[in-house]
Amino acid sequence: MPPMPGTVQSIERAAAVLRLLAESTRPLGGVEIAHALSLPKGTAHGIIRTLHTVGFVDQDDRSGRYQLGSQLVRLGGHQLDRNELRSCAMNWADTLASRTGESVRIGVLDQPSQVTIVHHVFRPDDSVQVMEIGRVLPAHACALGKAILAHTPGNGGWLKGSTLEGLTARTVTDGRALLGQLSTVRERGWASDVEELDSREASIAAPIRDHGGVVVGAVAITGSTKALCDTGRNPRPRLAARVVDTARAITGELATRRE
Amino acid sequence: MKREFIAAIDQGTTSTRCILFDHAGRLVSVAQREHRQIFPRPGWVEHDPVEIWRNVERVVPRAVAQARAEPDQIAALGIANQRETVVLWERRSGRPVGNAITWQDTRTANLVDQLAADGGVDRFRERCGLPLMTYFSGPTLKWMLRQDPILREQAERGELLFGTMETWLIWNLTGGPDGGLHLTDVTNASRTMLMDLSTLQWDEELLDAFGVPAAMLPHIRSNVEVYGAATTVLPGTSIAAALGDQQAALFGQTCFSPGEAKCTYGTGAFLLLNTGPDPVRSSHGLLSTVGYQVGDGAPPYALEGSIAVTGSLVQWLRDRLGLIDSAPEIETLARTVEDNGGCYIVPAFSGLFAPHWRSEARGLIIGLPSYITKGHLARAILEATAWQTREVVDAMNADSGLALTGLKVDGGMTSDHLLMQTIADVLDVPVERPLVSETVSLGAAYAAGLAVGFWPELKGLRHHWHRAARWLPEMSAPRRAKEYDNWQRAVARTYDWIRNEDEDGPGA
Repeated sequence: MPPMPGTVQSIERAAAVLRLLAESTRPLGGVEIAHALSLPKGTAHGIIRTLHTVGFVDQDDRSGRYQLGSQLVRLGGHQLDRNELRSCAMNWADTLASRTGESVRIGVLDQPSQVTIVHHVFRPDDSVQVMEIGRVLPAHACALGKAILAHTPGNGGWLKGSTLEGLTARTVTDGRALLGQLSTVRERGWASDVEELDSREASIAAPIRDHGGVVVGAVAITGSTKALCDTGRNPRPRLAARVVDTARAITGELATRRE
Repeated sequence: MKREFIAAIDQGTTSTRCILFDHAGRLVSVAQREHRQIFPRPGWVEHDPVEIWRNVERVVPRAVAQARAEPDQIAALGIANQRETVVLWERRSGRPVGNAITWQDTRTANLVDQLAADGGVDRFRERCGLPLMTYFSGPTLKWMLRQDPILREQAERGELLFGTMETWLIWNLTGGPDGGLHLTDVTNASRTMLMDLSTLQWDEELLDAFGVPAAMLPHIRSNVEVYGAATTVLPGTSIAAALGDQQAALFGQTCFSPGEAKCTYGTGAFLLLNTGPDPVRSSHGLLSTVGYQVGDGAPPYALEGSIAVTGSLVQWLRDRLGLIDSAPEIETLARTVEDNGGCYIVPAFSGLFAPHWRSEARGLIIGLPSYITKGHLARAILEATAWQTREVVDAMNADSGLALTGLKVDGGMTSDHLLMQTIADVLDVPVERPLVSETVSLGAAYAAGLAVGFWPELKGLRHHWHRAARWLPEMSAPRRAKEYDNWQRAVARTYDWIRNEDEDGPGA
């Protein structure tokens, strides 16, 4: 079948290779694949090599034959389990709380506009604090939400032109203004909210990524505005750097767990 | 150079780790290496002591490098280790005479039965605090010397040395055949069945009963003192602490006062309660053991409740039943339902441990109506860990006359939020997790740091303990009572399953 206008031929061919492997009851050799799809051997080889590099096709060491790759299986909707995220993050979240003296939270985006807390480390001052695992926060008003939204494809759709709920006098309620903030978040690698969720508190968050680089959540420190920001209400860069380091360490841990 | 760090070696059952801590007791770096589990026959579990020593040689420099530290910035070295595992080696060559026999190894089951035939499993309990069980070092050592008459002769001539893992590591760290120190500490010695729990010395009658020549035994030292300087790995650094891993966790959790307890949740779970200056002899199925000893001070003793199967039950769900991909996913699965649906799982895979000690019991799943799903099974598995904790806590309260008012937890399973909440619910006391969950290593570091003055005093260490999480009981009293009753009835139904004539069970 000749390619339809506007489609990419090599992707169509790659899809055909994957379908062929999926339907086969045994691993297939490169020549077999080329013949089955009436492709020149060199072309088939190039496609298979590329699919192998991205993990969509596995090659058997001994026979040299090909089958569907393990990465492809995960693509079919395998989401990072939030309890596994907590388990991977625990040591690093503890260290962040210990080094900053502030409480630590890890959140995931549950709906386009809601963050759920999946891990909470108390502020290490032994004061009475309540476990917040399971608590739901409006994504637009907290650093955790902004760190994730900034890296969530398609968020612009519902934010553009919408009016968001104001929780304090400082909550960003204009969707367009929030989109502007999100592009800053992407540039500098971390997000913040300063008295936007709670009128006495600020928060700094950075995104956590899975093995493929997709943002799956965020880690944040939360504390008094005085502790987290300078006199001009700007988050302290030293603290932001610690949060970014922690997010990177958790990202690394997720990658090794999936190996 | 400023001495800024304490290095802790945690020689565990599956891996050897080195962690550096700073002055505030914060974790600075971690290096880890797993070793092989050797299974020569069913029920036999061995480790290669040479492999473990090589792993120590590798992980310590890696942890130092990761902290961007120089070796002379390490103020002292502390060791925590898997308990009860036995190593024998030649004094002159430094070579082990075989693999180490681990605490999980059950090859001494018949020997233990023979020893118990004359006076019962508790015949040595008054002296050493322990019942006759396969996993203590004494029976293992007796087995090894009985197997090989040549070993026995060597042992009698003082040519063969005995040690648990800390003994083996300290001997190698201080020169091995070339002047190595041959010593153990009170906590590890208290798990051999060879030490008098009151005098803290090897006991002649016990040595006699197990046929152990005194010439092969290490000197017993306290947990907090400078034993000597390392000649390799960290040359010149003081080796200043050794503790069994569960006692190290008790120390790391700063349970320094009578009535304070911690529970470490891993493959199994171990609850230790500080009972103060006198050993409490359990009449409810717990072990009496040394808590820790600082220098020549009087040691606090501890009661220990050992639960064989906790994390390993989650692994069973993952590896044998294949219902989850990773251990943490059990919480996700359990949350797909509201409750256990009437279903209970008693994981008596190799009998019941504390406080029942029924070796003939076997595991069961009971209370199944047809609407039970895998979510209910996941709930029942998490609840099994909680109820087993409750049984051990009840035994502790009965033995010690103290009522536990809160539980400090640590270990990998503390990342399971639902499990921690369930434990608070069934115990009806708050459950707390500290900011550093690596309490085994932290305890070894604390002990070593105290010995060299890195930290001035024991009590000051409490200031490093910070609460990272706290779960409060939410379950109603009537529901707790009803669930506990169901659990206990399920446990009773596991008894008397294995009969003598089919010892290995049906299908074996």
